[in-house]
Amino acid sequence: MSEVRPVPLNLRNSRILPIRFEYYEPTSLDEALELLDKLGEEAKVLAGGTDLIVKMKMRALEPKHLINLKRIPNLNYIVSDSESIRIGALTTWSDLEKSDIVKNELPALYDAVKAMGSLQIRNMATLGGNICNASPAADSAPPLLVYDAKVKVVSKQGVRVIPLTEFFLGPGVTALRSNEVLTEVVIDKHNVSVGSAFVKISRVATDLAIASAAVMIKLKDGILEDVKIALGSVAPTPVRAKSLEAALVGRPAKLEEVKQYLNLLEKDIKPIDDVRGTAWYRREVSKVLVYDAFLKALNRLGGCSL
Amino acid sequence: MKRVVRFKLNGEYVEAEVEPNELLINLLRDKLHLTGTKYVCGIGECGACTVLIDGKPVLSCITLAVDVNGKEVVTVEGVSKDGLTPVQEALMEEGAIQCGYCLPGFVVMGEYLLKERMEVSEEELREALRGNLCRCTGYVNIVKAFKKAFEKRGLKS
Ligand SMILES: Cc1cc2nc3c(=O)[nH]c(=O)nc-3n(C[C@H](O)[C@H](O)[C@H](O)COP(=O)(O)OP(=O)(O)OC[C@H]3O[C@@H](n4cnc5c(N)ncnc54)[C@H](O)[C@@H]3O)c2cc1C
Repeated sequence: MSEVRPVPLNLRNSRILPIRFEYYEPTSLDEALELLDKLGEEAKVLAGGTDLIVKMKMRALEPKHLINLKRIPNLNYIVSDSESIRIGALTTWSDLEKSDIVKNELPALYDAVKAMGSLQIRNMATLGGNICNASPAADSAPPLLVYDAKVKVVSKQGVRVIPLTEFFLGPGVTALRSNEVLTEVVIDKHNVSVGSAFVKISRVATDLAIASAAVMIKLKDGILEDVKIALGSVAPTPVRAKSLEAALVGRPAKLEEVKQYLNLLEKDIKPIDDVRGTAWYRREVSKVLVYDAFLKALNRLGGCSL
Repeated sequence: MKRVVRFKLNGEYVEAEVEPNELLINLLRDKLHLTGTKYVCGIGECGACTVLIDGKPVLSCITLAVDVNGKEVVTVEGVSKDGLTPVQEALMEEGAIQCGYCLPGFVVMGEYLLKERMEVSEEELREALRGNLCRCTGYVNIVKAFKKAFEKRGLKS
């Protein structure tokens, strides 16, 4: 006889998760990696839990072992030196919000923080969790993609540094192996510019994006020397808009120019219909979002010319 | 396997046995009988279950009970231990209460915001409260009450 499963609304309505699991609280990274290595595919790591606990509640995920990372010290930091900015995986969105480094040096990420969740969610949710959950709508992804961020992942076997462009493989699917933990996001300072911005459109303030876009530009004598564009919620993963980027490099930094090439976006994205919006709407609104993000980025560089 | 958690709850140390799959709201409401914290959406979207953990507002419907071991938890009962809070008083004065189910969340947020001494514009206040939903949609009076409470404390709003 097949198992009787409660309807989703009843699952939500539970103050006890409808699955049983073993719970671990490692107090060092080594201890966590040891556990992951031993327990493998059946284990999940827990950070803020804002994605994972909801999924476990809905029985979308049923891990047999849950490894809480939050008792591990030194995974929560934001540091900046002459070469790079490094952010620990357990840094919460509230920590990002309070950081002058994020506000002043990574304005697109700061925009994303302001657009993310609620105060309560930002207090709980971590940057590492947002990346590893790998939702196409993850708000940290477009900003981190335009800054060409890399992630550091660690297992008992060693360390790998993976460009974010190669980390996202599909909805909820990443390059992370079952015995690995993401420990750090690294952004090379050559890849950042104050001329960067993120914009998002969602149904209500506290919701995932219907679509989102980030832009990073560098100018030289009024010419677009470097252009990075990334979008969320318009493809199976957060994506870079490489066709549009290629067309814009070397062009004058004018919104009219940008407008001319916006249709190229259609080559770079693969939107679908879902509860939040239709593929058609996403395709059209993507162009508006990229345009708006450009405007915002240009303004941050000291003014825009039409 | 059951675990024992020890934590500070509304100023007093408590100890409880919990299962790993038990959520904090279950421990608070069903075991410790603090039923002020309300359970509504169950997936972190509505803010009715907001409590303070180590001084910060978080959602008890998606927090594991085992996770509060060694921490400090304050519920709506805790913030109003010494009588009505300025936000509670203002909510009553402004007629901001309809069904009342969302209010424990708002009251906890109010205490947090007042303590943080955030000087807030109405827009910032609405931003800070965007994770608290009132399905009677009484937002106008709720925001009025918050502004009043801030003004009473001598904070700009
Ligand atoms: C009401 C609500 C509103 C939300 N709004 C937004 C929004 O506006 N924008 C947005 O982008 N997201 C939003 N989210 C989703 C979620 O809050 C974020 O994705 C958050 O950053 C996840 O982080 P976490 O620490 O809670 O991750 P968790 O839930 O703890 O983990 C998520 C996944 O990542 C894995 N994981 C976590 N940390 C690591 C690590 N260091 N190494 C390896 N694997 C790891 C976990 O095993 C799990 O599979 C919202 C969620 C809720 C409930």
